[in-house]
Amino acid sequence: MQRQVALIKQSLFDQGYLDEQFMELEELQDDANPNFVEEVATLYFKDSARLINNIEQALERGSFDFNRLDNYMHQFKGSSTSIGASKVKTECTMFREYCRAGNAEGCLRTFKQLKKEHATLRKKLEQYFQLARQAGPKEIARRPK
Amino acid sequence: MAEVMLPMKMEMANAPSKFKSPDLLHVLAVDDSHVDRKFIERLLKVSSCKVTVVDSATRALQYLGLDVNEKPVGVKDLKVNLIMTDYSMPGMTGYELLKKIKESSAFRDVPVVVMSSENILPRIDRCLEEGAEDFLLKPVKLSDVRRIRDSLMKAEDLSFTKSVNKRELETENVYSLDSTVPSQQLKRTKI
Repeated sequence: MQRQVALIKQSLFDQGYLDEQFMELEELQDDANPNFVEEVATLYFKDSARLINNIEQALERGSFDFNRLDNYMHQFKGSSTSIGASKVKTECTMFREYCRAGNAEGCLRTFKQLKKEHATLRKKLEQYFQLARQAGPKEIARRPK
Repeated sequence: MAEVMLPMKMEMANAPSKFKSPDLLHVLAVDDSHVDRKFIERLLKVSSCKVTVVDSATRALQYLGLDVNEKPVGVKDLKVNLIMTDYSMPGMTGYELLKKIKESSAFRDVPVVVMSSENILPRIDRCLEEGAEDFLLKPVKLSDVRRIRDSLMKAEDLSFTKSVNKRELETENVYSLDSTVPSQQLKRTKI
């Protein structure tokens, strides 16, 4: 079971869904706070769902307020960076570049991709955390004393 | 005779127990991002700091009692050793917060560290010129926090050591005629 958890985690890194920042988060877990990473992830997905909603509404309105969109994306990129969501972060960066270029088409396209990456990551992490909980605390990286 | 005392002094100088309440390093962290607030709070707790987290510069000012519109929140006994603030925040930015803190008589000596996800040199320069202790790029690393904490503790330690010296000189002036000798010995044993 624990080997399965380790394999899932490794594949998330290998496929570029997560970067070293995720490992930094795991380093902060200990016996007193064994679910820290999952808690952060939960916050992240709650936050990002709200941002996606805001961006969606802004885009649907048709008038592209690039400043506002860039602002939302800055927040999105920030929290994605903090949790180590590598692919999502990349899409955020691209979206912001299209904003700065005033490229509405590019924004729409990138946003579609971003939502896809975000949904994929969410599913994979949910799976990972569920398995990790079942496998027991051993699999979670411990902070060295 | 001084030799016999040294190990005890060394223990005192390096003992983390010195920072058990109420002398734990108290950090005020300011960030509008929920994820980042949780992250920085954890980094600080893992680094043995007492943490207060707020979600805006306005709230930080309220907490410090610097917001003129609000009643100060227990300012009398408030001891903040370090303020860590995000740069980009809606409403008042971290830079503006930094300025307000440095303008205040109560907190101008409290070190302020600014954090940002963007590596913009003019921004960094501006913060440092305004008196920021340090500028950290996000995501903040545990090593960043530890480094800052260690340098703060050294500063606190020095003032603690000085007060210890004073007390010892007052109560035990049997060992040396030269009043500077005990402090020199302490310096030698400190890492």
